[in-house]
Amino acid sequence: MNDRAQNHSLGHAFLVLLKRDLLLAVRNRGELANPLLFYFIVATLFPLGVTSDPQTLATMAAGVLWIAALLATLLSLDNLFRSDFDDGSLELIMLSPYPSTVLVLAKVLAHWLVTGLPLLLATPLLAVLMAVPDDARGTLWLTLALGTPVLSLVGAIGVALTVGLRRGGALLSLLILPLYVPVLIFGANAVGASAAGLPVTGQLYMLSAFLILALSLAPLATAAALRISID
Amino acid sequence: MWTFFHKLGSPRHFYRISGRLLPWLGWLTALLMAGGLYGGLVLAPPDYQQGESYRIIFIHVPSAWMSLFVYVVMAAAGAIGLVWHMKLADVVAAASAPIGASFTFLALVTGSLWGKPMWGTYWVWDARLTSELVLLFLYFGVIGLHAAIDDKRTASRAAAVLALVGVVNIPIIHYSVEWWSTLHQGPTVTKIDAPSIHVSMLVPLVTMALAFKLYYATVLLMRARTEVLERERASAWVRELARGT
Repeated sequence: MNDRAQNHSLGHAFLVLLKRDLLLAVRNRGELANPLLFYFIVATLFPLGVTSDPQTLATMAAGVLWIAALLATLLSLDNLFRSDFDDGSLELIMLSPYPSTVLVLAKVLAHWLVTGLPLLLATPLLAVLMAVPDDARGTLWLTLALGTPVLSLVGAIGVALTVGLRRGGALLSLLILPLYVPVLIFGANAVGASAAGLPVTGQLYMLSAFLILALSLAPLATAAALRISID
Repeated sequence: MWTFFHKLGSPRHFYRISGRLLPWLGWLTALLMAGGLYGGLVLAPPDYQQGESYRIIFIHVPSAWMSLFVYVVMAAAGAIGLVWHMKLADVVAAASAPIGASFTFLALVTGSLWGKPMWGTYWVWDARLTSELVLLFLYFGVIGLHAAIDDKRTASRAAAVLALVGVVNIPIIHYSVEWWSTLHQGPTVTKIDAPSIHVSMLVPLVTMALAFKLYYATVLLMRARTEVLERERASAWVRELARGT
């Protein structure tokens, strides 16, 4: 009896959904690699397109890596609800007795684990390629660790709004990129500051605040948007 | 009192009342705008530092104020439509988006024209300019979402969610950009106790601000009326109207 009640708890539903989404992502390995490859390729284009001089590269590396990460997240966002919407499971998820905000959070967490986390793991390597100064590498990694979940959470709102549309892609970037501005500013700025030997606790606190704000508010907006998109 | 509001909430009564209100609003707007422009362009003395070129302030500042004001109105109307399913609130939100975008655009263009003689450049990546530009993108997002969803009802609700997300974000964007870099002069009018602007300039400025508000109200009513007719085209009263009875 007790066991049964536990199986129907909210935490269980959260974990089941998380596991399902991760499993789906792992079975679709080609798509799993796409954002990561995109991240690498965009970052590679900058030295080729602008300059290969390490000193110039170092000054813009933080911004380039941040923008590349941002675009890679944007590219991968479409998958967040699309397939579930097409096969109808999204409707069932929203109809389930559990609060939809928590289930949305599970889906966003799964999305971050398959896109944000690989980006984070690849960042140290790209930081060396882009000649990020030694002192700033840790900061770059930390800002991305705090920032990419915000990108996923805020992006989920935009995807939820456009999931019912046939050509949502271009509109999605119009909806979401302006909302990414603060994260980009503080993320890239912190790396620049730490390369100049300045303290960056302020920027890191701001990014943490954004993360907490996005964690608490974005799922609400996403769930509301999904409910609108479905009916 | 409340019955008046309830009546106003019904598209049919709104159409009737707004039709009666429109000429008054329109003439008042024209009057105020003419007065404000005369005061600003003719009566107000040239600035001791910027000469005559400061006069663009009488367009620039009111449109910048309106760009934020309209966004707040749009988000509030969207929230009302989202919560209480009030048709008219949806209409107001939908009609506000393009007006707000044009105010934002006007503020950007006049600011850039003003920047050339003053700062020596049309554009700098300064805090206020950047956040105004981001605001324009937010407006475009709302307009784009409205255009992309065929069902007007769904479009309004989706755009309302986006506008509300934007309202949370605008202060964050504004302050993060401000913290990032600042060249734009500080506010001169909102310091209530001792405005650093002379009365002869302040009066036309406030007149213009009022005129812009009324202009917004006028254009909003006109757009809302068309929007109401389009959304209610299946209802009996619109058909009656169309038949010209």
